[in-house]
Amino acid sequence: MVKVAIFDYGAGNIFSLKTSLEKNDAEVDVITSFDKANNYSGLLLPGVGNFDPAIKSIRDYSKTDFADYVSDKKPVLGICLGMEMFFEKSEEGKEKGLGVIDGEVVLLPHEMKIPHMGWNNLNIKKQSKIVEGVKDGSWVYFVHSYRVKPKNTDLIVADSDYGITVPAIIEYGNFFGTQFHPEKSGKIGSIMIRNFLRECKK
Amino acid sequence: MTLTKRIIPCLDVANGRVVKGLHFSSIKDAGDPVLLAEKYSKEGADELIFLDITASQEHRETIKTLVSKVAKVIDIPFTVGGGVKTLQHARDILLSGADKVAINTGAVKNPEVITELMELFGKQCVVVAIDAKRNYNLEKGKNTYSEGDKKFWFEVFIYGGKKGTGLDAVDWAKNVEKLGAGEILLTSIDMDGTKDGYDTLLTKEIVNKVSIPVIASGGCGKPEHMVDIFKMSDVDAALAASIFHYETHSVNRVKEFLKKGGIPVRL
Repeated sequence: MVKVAIFDYGAGNIFSLKTSLEKNDAEVDVITSFDKANNYSGLLLPGVGNFDPAIKSIRDYSKTDFADYVSDKKPVLGICLGMEMFFEKSEEGKEKGLGVIDGEVVLLPHEMKIPHMGWNNLNIKKQSKIVEGVKDGSWVYFVHSYRVKPKNTDLIVADSDYGITVPAIIEYGNFFGTQFHPEKSGKIGSIMIRNFLRECKK
Repeated sequence: MTLTKRIIPCLDVANGRVVKGLHFSSIKDAGDPVLLAEKYSKEGADELIFLDITASQEHRETIKTLVSKVAKVIDIPFTVGGGVKTLQHARDILLSGADKVAINTGAVKNPEVITELMELFGKQCVVVAIDAKRNYNLEKGKNTYSEGDKKFWFEVFIYGGKKGTGLDAVDWAKNVEKLGAGEILLTSIDMDGTKDGYDTLLTKEIVNKVSIPVIASGGCGKPEHMVDIFKMSDVDAALAASIFHYETHSVNRVKEFLKKGGIPVRL
């Protein structure tokens, strides 16, 4: 059984994500720092909370550095805010992001309804381990106010149309990010959770 | 394709059991909210809303247990509301596994709870439920509308529609958006229970005045009513209870009907 960790920023519902991983046969621990034993095959940064407090809880409350903990091998899945933190900065906060991916996170345009909330289609732009078995046009559940802008747009695996184009899935080395919530996206979301866990097993 | 319209079955819960007339042959225990949640989820519901109509202190533990049971069986978002008054209560519900919490009376009595919740959990978790009713006693400073020769304004009601607040619903909606609400669950007391269709005027007015998503509620008696409200307003979601409580209108069939009517839905 594959063992993964969910990092808990301390302010949100991570119950559904934990349940979804467990349903797909993972053993899940919830961690609040990177200082304890690192015997996990994968790490998940959940999609609840606010940018600054979440970044601080990851960066400031552990003696171990995030980059050292993860290295270039451990698969990391960032969901919504979790993915936004991969970038250099976000309009949601003042803190620096984790800086794993070059680019920034910006607020959705004011003329749109914010948050972008509900089920939208994935336009799959290229193959990726995370979308194996997921058909182009599949429905996933979004709830977010910001979108990511990677400098290298080749990292975008799928996007979604909300009047403007919203990057929906990002892949960069061992980092996977989804703007939507796979744990709330029914069967399709479950496929992506399984794909991620398969990467963790490798 | 773009964002779809959401279809949201609503389950009224009392003492941990679903209440109101339910007629299911396929479910042995129609009153079990967990079984119903699973059924609706499998049928293609986009979200679910649970409203605890008992909502007293003693039932808080029951609700917490229920929320975590539901969270275990479904993989779509769900909202829990009914009698949520304090930050602590909302926190209990969210940490038990709900995705959003709906507040109504609690928000009117203590509007800062909206902001506190938003700061802690993010605005996507905060649904403000507004129950509105036409008031024909015109007052200065209220947004006034007319139907035929009758003039009125929309008043916010609390305590399950029992008590008027003197608040103008349109202004209150704008206010809750400013305070940090991520969504509005808008129920028309005038239409609720009539099965004559959603309240087009009320829904249009609120949807046009805020830029957060709005869920229309109250009055749905058949799938045509959903098509109507989506065509006549830019509302994001439609809530219904009774039409899903009969197997002739499964969620899936309702959505197929909507699709034929030109409404973008997830099928």
